[in-house]
Parts: sequence; structure tokens; C-alpha cells
Amino acid sequence: MALKRVIPCLDVEGGRVVKGTNFVDLRDAGDPVELAARYDREGADELVFLDITASHERRETIVELARRTADDVFIPFTIGGGIRSVSDAQAVLDAGADKVSVNSAALARPKLIDELAAVFGSQCVVVAIDARRAEAAAAGSEPSWEVFVDGGRQAIEGRDAVAWALEAAVRGAGEILLTSMDRDGTADGYENELNRAVADAVAVPVIASGGAGRLEHLSEAIVEGHADAVLCASIFHYGRYTVAEAKATMRESGIAVRDWS
Amino acid sequence: MSGVRIAILDYGMGNLRSVEKAFERVGVAVERTTDAERAERAEGLVLPGVGAFGEAMRRLRALGFDELVRGRAARGGPVLGICLGYQLLFESSEEGSATEGLGLLEGAVGRLDAPGLKIPHMGWERVDWSQASPLVDGIPTATPFYFVHSLTPRPAEERIVLGRSRHGESFACAVASGPLHGVQFHPEKSSAAGLRLLGNFAGICARAGAAA
Repeated sequence: MALKRVIPCLDVEGGRVVKGTNFVDLRDAGDPVELAARYDREGADELVFLDITASHERRETIVELARRTADDVFIPFTIGGGIRSVSDAQAVLDAGADKVSVNSAALARPKLIDELAAVFGSQCVVVAIDARRAEAAAAGSEPSWEVFVDGGRQAIEGRDAVAWALEAAVRGAGEILLTSMDRDGTADGYENELNRAVADAVAVPVIASGGAGRLEHLSEAIVEGHADAVLCASIFHYGRYTVAEAKATMRESGIAVRDWS
Repeated sequence: MSGVRIAILDYGMGNLRSVEKAFERVGVAVERTTDAERAERAEGLVLPGVGAFGEAMRRLRALGFDELVRGRAARGGPVLGICLGYQLLFESSEEGSATEGLGLLEGAVGRLDAPGLKIPHMGWERVDWSQASPLVDGIPTATPFYFVHSLTPRPAEERIVLGRSRHGESFACAVASGPLHGVQFHPEKSSAAGLRLLGNFAGICARAGAAA
């Protein structure tokens, strides 16, 4: 069984890290590549870059980001945001990215997942799902989650998150990056009921995302949420914890993590 | 590692940029090339690659890389196969219809026997060294490396196996036989441990060059 992974996530806009970081030892804390190299040194297992650039120069900026990252960072990394076609994916994979992540483009045209898997292999294809807990239908009924797009503002009519994850995996997704929009930004911990529902339903690895505030939350996502990996942003970016500290906490919980660097 | 030059054989199977940059990071001069004559002048050869075994063999032959690697290995020139490049060193693969490999190492490449586990095998996995080797010098046993693969070579001779990992079955993920070296994992994506291994390979090339 592969070791459980800790994956820092960097939001990038126009080639710059969106949320400011307060690392004092970085020359340029807004440079995603410098931040990525630091996470590599600290023991991060992979990295995810989510590009939120809204302009049409987007593809050039993510290709450039992939190229610069591949030059400096020697762990696998995923690029998401702006991947709408096989040719978009080809461009960032050629530039050195290991995987691409697709979200709204796959919802708009699910066959995109099949196409990406056929051309590049499932190991290159991550399907990101933003989910929000549905209003309880009736007391005592099982919880369910709806798929959202547009930063959690818009529900996709009739899309159940567990069903969509299953469909994505069948179409060829190699991993599911699952974000709880209810927990994202709260620091209250991952939504492990959601993580478990998806992780138990699909045969591919699930990356839990949204809500990490303390290091114990990471272990909980693995143990209670059955996730294979944890995605973290702010708890690392603001220097509250290091990746090494996260790994130590997970190891104390009996989770097998990569511990040599 | 002054003076050592390593040629990365570019036969159009997978992205070679990370391999190139990883060598540069450890201070080794590298060149990606499609030209067997240019590669011949380097002290060490790296045979990388991801993708289909049969297509890879066709492309190697088309560029004369099959003869290059055979000739170099026969004269004691260090070769490092990575991932698919490691598998190509063996006699055959069961991928698709059975396909003939370079046949420099005895054994066949087969699908990982991992009932109930996901294929491709992807992620960080610990590697246990079976024996000491300059290739893995300074890297503790049980160090994790990054894997992405569905098949694995099954060397006929256990004595060439440097390291084993496990995905369902225990499989040989690092070998050395004279000048030939191969790893199933991706050192260029395995952080500090992977960089160390690539630096070790450059050291092997330097010593072989000095002895030649």
C-alpha cells in the first residue's frame, strides 16, 4: 500500500501565489515555485497548483508555471484550473507537470475524462469535486452532498457528489480531489463523513480537501475519512505548521507516511 | 562531478525534462539527445521513458539506440534505465502481445500481481535494499521512492536485485549487473533520495570513465 500523502495546495493567479504567505526566509513569498521548492525540502509528497487566472492568457501562465516548477521541484505535481481539453492537458504535461486536475470542464462535458485517460493514462488524471451537504430530506435519512461549481456558488442540478465521483472513476479518473465547500476556510477539520462516503464508493485514491486547521485534522481525514491523501493550504502557508510537523503527528497516529528526505 | 557527461536518450517516450533538471541539480552535465553518435561520447547513458514497451522498442531501433546501449554495456559503459527504460533492459514483456526487449538482463516483464489493489501502482513506496551498491550509497533501506507503473521486470537471477518494494507481490525495483543499472521508480520525482541516487550514478560514470 502506498504511503499516505501530504499535499500542499497553492492557488495561483497570473503566475503569483494568491494568498500571501508569511515565510520570512523566502526571497519572494509570492513566487509559487520558490514556495513549492520549500515544501519539497520540508517533506511534502506532492504539490497541487490551482490556477484561478480569469484571463485568456491563462494557458500560457500555467504552462510557464509547470515548466519553472519542473526545473526546481523534484516531487510530483498537479496543475488544475484552465484545463478544458486534451491539448490544454498536453501543454502542461509536456512542460513537466505529472498530472492535470479537471473540475467544471469535466462536469460540462464528462467525456473529457475518458479522453484524457485514453491519451495520457489514468495516472495523469485527477477529477476535482466541490461538494456541499444537501439539506436533510427527512430526519434519520442518510446525508448526501451536491456538486457545486464556480467556487461553490452554483449547484449542478441533480449531481450527487458520490455518484459523480463514481462516474468519474469509471470514466478513467486516477484520483478524486474532494473539497468540502462547507468546511473550506473554516479550520474546523475535514468533512470526514463526505470523505468516507466517496472513498468507500470508489476504487481510486481520494484526496481530502477543505477545513484543515490543526494537525490532528490530517490524521482524522485518513483514519475516519478513509482518504489516501490530505490537501492543505493555509495551515502551511501561514507558517503555523511545517509539513514535517504534520508528518510527525500522522506517524504518531500510526499512519505510514514518507519520513526521509 | 566535474568532467562527467551523461546523455539522456530521447526517443519520444515521456517527458525527460525532470530527469535532465534533476541531474543538473546535483551538478552533473547532461544532454538530452536523439543522436546515437552524440550519446556515444558521454560517460554514462540514461534510458528513461514511460508508455508502451513495443512502441518504445520500435523507436529505440529506429534511432539506433538499441545497438548503442548494447555496445556500451558490452564495453563496460554505465547505463541507467528508469521506469520503462528499466523494463526495456530485459528479454521480453507480456504487455500487449509479447514483445522482445533489449535482452541485456535475463527475465521477463509482467503485470504486477496485486489482487484487490489498484493498477497502475502509483505513489510513494518504501524500498528495501537487498545488497549494498554504489548506486544506492548513502540512502537508508526502507527509503520511499515515487512509483507509477503497471508492470515489473522479474529478473531470472536474484543476485542482480538491489532493492525490492511491494504492491501485492514483492517486486524487484532496482537492479545492477556490471555496468547495467535499472530502477522501476522515478528518482527524478523522489525528492532528496532520488537526487542522491542520480548523483551516485554520475559517480559510477566518473569512475568508469577514469578506468577506461
